[in-house]
Amino acid sequence: METLHLGLVHYLSVSAALFTIGVFGIFVNRKNIIVILMAIELILLSVNINLVAFSVFNGTIVGQVFAMLVLTVAAAEAAVGLAILVVYFRNRGQIATEDVNVLRG
Amino acid sequence: MQLIAFYILSTIVVLSALFVIAARNPVHSVLWLILAFFTSAGLLVLIGAEFLAMLLVVVYVGAVAVLFLFVVMMLDIDFVELKQGFLSYVPGGALIALALLAEIGIVAAAANFGGPETFKPNPGAPTNAEALSNVLYTDYLLLFQMSGIVLLVAMMGAIVLTLRHRPSVKRQNIAQQTGRKRKDAVELKDVRPGQGI
Repeated sequence: METLHLGLVHYLSVSAALFTIGVFGIFVNRKNIIVILMAIELILLSVNINLVAFSVFNGTIVGQVFAMLVLTVAAAEAAVGLAILVVYFRNRGQIATEDVNVLRG
Repeated sequence: MQLIAFYILSTIVVLSALFVIAARNPVHSVLWLILAFFTSAGLLVLIGAEFLAMLLVVVYVGAVAVLFLFVVMMLDIDFVELKQGFLSYVPGGALIALALLAEIGIVAAAANFGGPETFKPNPGAPTNAEALSNVLYTDYLLLFQMSGIVLLVAMMGAIVLTLRHRPSVKRQNIAQQTGRKRKDAVELKDVRPGQGI
């Protein structure tokens, strides 16, 4: 009897599904910039899962180092993005994405 | 057994990711996002990347998701209005998402990933944190320090963006306070009896 084992393909499938859901979320929630930021976090999470899965299944630890770097950048991006959001809300009183092009000046 | 755990966790991850983008209230979105992060940390534990899993819980759940929660609750936004047009965006978004998924599938089918096909635990190996730190603090020291700089710059950026001085709010001016002289503050008057000043 052939037993199924946990393979790289399993993780890549989950990661691909998460990535697609994230991209879908960006398109669907076009007006709500908070949910867009959350969808970007989902995409970065899927990238992390991908990196870690490749790193584990290929037996090199380096992928996990890069996953840590992605994690750092994700945290920084969330902080700055939300700070911009707060400033924008303070100036405009709403955060509808269509009006953000006033930032062009 | 491992496979059963994987299927349970991955189902939860995918479902909660769907709820993140579909939830009516952004607060619920954030809570689903937290669930997605937790469960994917479980997925990472399953293949022996414990350190990254704990980092995911600490950084994403502990910092990023809580930050989202604060901002969502702090801003007074009409969420119903923001949700309008949700259904009209679904067909286009679904088209693009399906195209993307098909592309990923084609590439994955054509690629040769190499390495062993299955995950085999290796009890004798050094722990994940030890193996990671052996590489991180030697070969990738520059990367490590640069990510520290990225965090520092992000922190400064967030503070500079959100800090504001409102003129109506009275603040303590320490330089003015300590630079105050006795002759500015105290005046001696020779008061004559019965007259007052």
